[in-house]
Amino acid sequence: MATEVIEKVESRSTYLNNGHTVKSWLLTLDHKRIGLLYLFSISIFFLIGGIYASLIRLELVTPEGDLLTPDTYNRVFTMHGVIMIFFFLIPSIPAVLGNFLLPIMLGAKDVAFPKLNLLSWYIFMLGGALMMYTLINGGIDTGWTFYPPYSSIYSNSEVTMAGVSIFITGFSSILTGLNFMVTIHTMRAPGLTWFRLPLFVWAHYATSLIQILGTPVIAITVLALALERTFQIGIFDPKLGGDPVLFQHMFWFYSHPAVYIMILPSMGVISEIIANSTRKRVFGYHFVAFSSLAIAVFGFLVWGHHMFTTSQSMYAGMVFSIISYAVAIPSAIKTFNWLATIYKGSVSFSTPMIYALAFLGLFTIGGMTGLFLSALGLDIHLHDTYFVVAHFHYVMVGGAIIGYLGGLHYWWPKMTGRLYPETLGRISAVIVFVGFNFTFMPQFILGYLGMPRRYYAYVPEFQVLHVLSSGGAFVLAVGFMLPLFYLAWSIKYGQKAPNNPWTAFGLEWQTASPPPTENFTYNPVVTTEAYEFEHVEEIRNAGKTGAIQTA
Amino acid sequence: MSDHTEHHIVSPKIYFAIFGALMVFTAITVAVARFDLASVWGPLNIIVAMTVATIKATLVVLYFMHVRYSSKLTQVIVIAGLFWLLIMLVLTIADYVARTGWPTPLGQV
Ligand SMILES: [Cu+2]
Repeated sequence: MATEVIEKVESRSTYLNNGHTVKSWLLTLDHKRIGLLYLFSISIFFLIGGIYASLIRLELVTPEGDLLTPDTYNRVFTMHGVIMIFFFLIPSIPAVLGNFLLPIMLGAKDVAFPKLNLLSWYIFMLGGALMMYTLINGGIDTGWTFYPPYSSIYSNSEVTMAGVSIFITGFSSILTGLNFMVTIHTMRAPGLTWFRLPLFVWAHYATSLIQILGTPVIAITVLALALERTFQIGIFDPKLGGDPVLFQHMFWFYSHPAVYIMILPSMGVISEIIANSTRKRVFGYHFVAFSSLAIAVFGFLVWGHHMFTTSQSMYAGMVFSIISYAVAIPSAIKTFNWLATIYKGSVSFSTPMIYALAFLGLFTIGGMTGLFLSALGLDIHLHDTYFVVAHFHYVMVGGAIIGYLGGLHYWWPKMTGRLYPETLGRISAVIVFVGFNFTFMPQFILGYLGMPRRYYAYVPEFQVLHVLSSGGAFVLAVGFMLPLFYLAWSIKYGQKAPNNPWTAFGLEWQTASPPPTENFTYNPVVTTEAYEFEHVEEIRNAGKTGAIQTA
Repeated sequence: MSDHTEHHIVSPKIYFAIFGALMVFTAITVAVARFDLASVWGPLNIIVAMTVATIKATLVVLYFMHVRYSSKLTQVIVIAGLFWLLIMLVLTIADYVARTGWPTPLGQV
């Protein structure tokens, strides 16, 4: 990291020192502050979800179910899934990094609807409060998938309250998506045409599309479930004249694309990090941009691959299987284009780049094992085993969370105005990578050998692999906790960050670190395409003076 | 629609006409409920009900929600929303149809 001296006076007004009261934070309309509110909230949810994950891995150290009761174990893995998915992964990159960066990357002063943006955080917190109420009342035991008839009739846990919580939280996601979409359409700086947009913005556009078009369906689905539970209206329960497979259709219509809500923004982050850490324009910019949209659209056509072992017709299964294979194409386009970008680039192995490289490897494994699971025959063997668990953790943790951490480090100097300790950052990135693989690689083997998911006891032959996995989880936890501490430490004690510590390309690096409340002290005009590193000297100067008006 | 229609003001006459049309369709729904159309052809009940509902919803979206007078982009978004609903319905129903044949007594689906 370059260590330039900044000549700015200490009293410069930034979004951080523009009001210090609690009220100035809780009633803020500043997209940057709302991003930090989200950062704070989802970090807490991540910790809670992580505690549940630790309980799961502790229970599975021994073949006998000895630490938790079977019922408690059901509640523990359900709450782990529900909290991590709906309260951490879905909001993670869009609500934190997206909120903070998107308007700045567009050269705008804020999002299109700042009040709606604040409302989305309050809705999120209301949903989160109801989920905490559920948690205190013992949580739910249905699995995060809420499959009826178990969830609608038989479960005596807080399913209705959890459903209401997810219903409400969904609206915060819709509002974020709506805000981003309108902002990208209407608030781009002069000269910032669609094909000059950073790929982070393209990825968020595609994500917004899914959030707006998919989320209402999960809301309707859990609402129908709550109605069935409360008023015995037959929708999903065969006893009442309903159909449980209908629930799975509706649930996965949202929940498969939801994976792309997690992974697409992460891909946007990876594009930015790779371009700026190799000092090259992303290879095949247009292909990478459009593959985001292709993933968003085709992602809606594959949900039946979760239902190969149900009574779903085999013809539907064949169609869903083939389209699932097809959706791997845009993902592969991105991966190969990133590799081509790195090729002959001048690569710097900063913390964000280590995360980006980890993403490339882990996401490839996650994606490729997805193809195993979309094969009609092989899925019969692997369905509901640890192979599936390993697969989606490679996508959600190895893809989404790794991208989130990479992005958080990459833009941390911009967000806080402080540098984090780089060596510690690199060490913890490597710890995350090693710990992650030790946790989940054994689970592929376990699943292939026949270890079912959601079981709290298992045959003794599986113990070695389970102990490896639990040991890896401990290392992974250390890797996740380290950034929590040194990032928090850096806010107060970190070295002051220059405006453009990476000598990176992009409007966000042309404004001060941390940015002023109005983002820019001048009106940015864009005259070049994204990632044109020939202009980087001008940008470096702009970082110092804030005077230059071109990108 | 072109730009100058962005602040288009709809005359009360049109609102009342649409309101009248919605009432007429409601009356049709009530009237049809008196006959068991399933005795004519299995799925006819639901076809009539859905057709009436679709026309009413379209009128509300076009006039009461001003989509007819909105920008092209707004119209594209509305159509995209409907298209996505269609994806869900078509692929889900395709599963049921491929399992049970068509036309089925829809009560069983
Ligand atoms: Cu899926």
